Amino acid sequence: MDFGFSDEHEELRRTIRQFLAAESGEQAVRAAMATERGHDPKLWQRMAQELGLAGLVVPESYGGAGMGPIEALIAFEEMGRALACAPALASHFAASVILSVAGEADREALLPGIAAGTSIATVAHVDAAGRWDLSDVSNEARREGTGWRLDGDWRYVLEGHVADRLLLVARVPDGLGLFLVEGETAGLTRKALPGLDLTRRLADLHCSGVAAKRIGEGDARSGLERALLLTIAALVAEQTGGAARCLEIATDYAKTRYQFGRPIGSFQAIKHHCADLLVSVELMKSAAYQASFVAATGEGDLETAVRQAKSYCSEAYFAVAAENIQIHGGMGFTWEHPAHLYLKRAKSSEVLFGSPAQHRERIGERLGL
Amino acid sequence: MSDSKTSIGEVELRERVRALLAQAHPDRVDRVTFRRAQYDHGLAWVQFPEGYGGLGLSPGLQAIVDDEIARHAKTIYWNLAINAIGIGMGAPTVMTYAAEHYKQQLLPRIFTGEDIWCQLFSEPSAGSDVAGLATRAVRDGDDWIVNGQKVWASIAHKSSWAMLLARTDPDKPKHDGLSYFLLDMKSPGVDVRPLYQITGDAEFNEVFLNDVRIPGDRILGKEGMGWRVAITTLMNERVALGGSSRPGHGLSEKLLNLWREEGPRGPRGADGRTQAEIAILRDAVVRLHIESELLGITNQRTKSAMRAGNPGPEGSVAKLVQAELNKKITELGLEVIGSDALVYETGYPLRRGEDFPARTRRENAKHDFLRARANSIEGGTSEVMRNILAERMLGLPGEPRVDKDVAWKDVPRG
Repeated sequence: MDFGFSDEHEELRRTIRQFLAAESGEQAVRAAMATERGHDPKLWQRMAQELGLAGLVVPESYGGAGMGPIEALIAFEEMGRALACAPALASHFAASVILSVAGEADREALLPGIAAGTSIATVAHVDAAGRWDLSDVSNEARREGTGWRLDGDWRYVLEGHVADRLLLVARVPDGLGLFLVEGETAGLTRKALPGLDLTRRLADLHCSGVAAKRIGEGDARSGLERALLLTIAALVAEQTGGAARCLEIATDYAKTRYQFGRPIGSFQAIKHHCADLLVSVELMKSAAYQASFVAATGEGDLETAVRQAKSYCSEAYFAVAAENIQIHGGMGFTWEHPAHLYLKRAKSSEVLFGSPAQHRERIGERLGL
Repeated sequence: MSDSKTSIGEVELRERVRALLAQAHPDRVDRVTFRRAQYDHGLAWVQFPEGYGGLGLSPGLQAIVDDEIARHAKTIYWNLAINAIGIGMGAPTVMTYAAEHYKQQLLPRIFTGEDIWCQLFSEPSAGSDVAGLATRAVRDGDDWIVNGQKVWASIAHKSSWAMLLARTDPDKPKHDGLSYFLLDMKSPGVDVRPLYQITGDAEFNEVFLNDVRIPGDRILGKEGMGWRVAITTLMNERVALGGSSRPGHGLSEKLLNLWREEGPRGPRGADGRTQAEIAILRDAVVRLHIESELLGITNQRTKSAMRAGNPGPEGSVAKLVQAELNKKITELGLEVIGSDALVYETGYPLRRGEDFPARTRRENAKHDFLRARANSIEGGTSEVMRNILAERMLGLPGEPRVDKDVAWKDVPRG
């Protein structure tokens, strides 16, 4: 695999980084965090329309940016660095699911709004048991006349409190089905969750005889699997960008904080921690790049690449974010310092889409161990 | 790499390899003949200038040469197996600093493996602080007379030439009083003895130098410039040690095979271990396998970055990761084996490293476990690697140096 980034890729990275530095700095993040929605809808529409961040992989014919997994990797790395408060991951998940499951009419109906940032869509597949694999889906859709009804709980839904289009996964007689539920529908209750991570919002959904439109035909399992893997690939890119930023913050502090008459970064006790963080970040990049390059090229096994990345990047991001606090000493433990925002994002993205142990278990299975 | 020629692209380079193979094919001629022809075609070290085994290209393009040879030949010669130290470290040092007639004499014979090379840097009192070494070289007319003791010299017992670092001026601070010599290992007064390791094998040697005479034109660089020359050698050492593993064929391959053949779910059975114990152990195996895969990917990223001409921190990261990971992998190997890890079937007969007989998979696992302890010491300890990463890659300040402006002879040693 050649991990070359083109000049266009580097330009995309620069553009997003500059935009987020100007529009989504720490103050903007803290302001968005404090709102009920959890993000600034005007900023999100600009991110969608000026940078294409809402419809990265949506083809241009549906109003999207028409890009692929490598561009998504870059975009999520940058959003992760900036801790951007935005429904980007939810939108990416929804767009990926629609592209791999929906027919033409549904694509035309759903994708342009997502890409423009005017419609927030999300995917719900985790049931009351709180498990993340599609094989764990236990909610069942029931037929009623020519339509479908949904009952049950869907948990930890990205942006579930604000999404106007909810794509719910439920069992159907021929496998898994994808169902569209509009945000304001009789029988649907949504409960915004007070999150460990303040920069990304989750909600629980409860359906009580909710009328739903089925999207796509036949068993949606394999399409959903691929979309889920592509979404996790975006999440590991985000983790990698966040960890790289934590390393920069920690290193800058180690150079400028003096104790005992020396910069603390001149003590091997601190310096060696920084070196270990650099190693973690480099291995995270390897993991995240591999996942997205496999997705882009089709060379290699996507599931293995994504699961190994999710396992490694989850633990490494948390370790880097935690060490960043330690290197900052007392200052790093204050509300005022951004270190805790990264720590909380790191821990919650470790849990999101399955724990490291769960992904390792699946890799062990694939290796026949 | 800005001065590298870009006129030869991948296609022309592959054509040049095919021209070499038309003239001398490794499946049909002996090693020395083939490697000499490869050298004469400028395909030994493509980054070297024309006339010295190279073509003045970016070093990343060597992979194209190796790939093209592998496509057309069954007989593959590995630099690491033929003359690792000579090809990987000796040649770049000779290329940069040796007199013209030595370049012509030595470079082709290094590449063919006619001359094996070793490195004489470390000493009993100079490990990580190799610049503090005590071996003395004293001028005698045009020649130098060398006395001292070197250690951890791999394949010194088979070497024709050594890269020797010795102190020529003890009154200067440590880095400034060193000179770098080419030592003919057949010189009188060179005494090579095996150094037995915790495995019982001797892969390395102690080398005693008693009144060894070296002609004056065998200084590389100038008198007192030895440290600068040594840096060239050492930088190439780290590249050689970290960069070999590939995804799917990495450090964990042996561990996975051990798990399958000797582990609790293999043919030997669970050895009384419960399902919960087995699950915990399996998770640890997968975790290290993942890190091993990521090391392989990191090496590929290094190659991609080198091809693009922007080497980043990936390469320096690899040596540290490889060392620490291989220790963890081989430690876990013993846990996979279970209670029988108490037995060391082969015993510890003291012998040369290359003399050991074929071993079973479990015997290998136990041997690997012991051998791996050196991974985080040899070629730069992990602590030194962390200093390098932190200071060169992250720009953190160095430790205050108490020996910096002090004459070497006045620095405490022990």
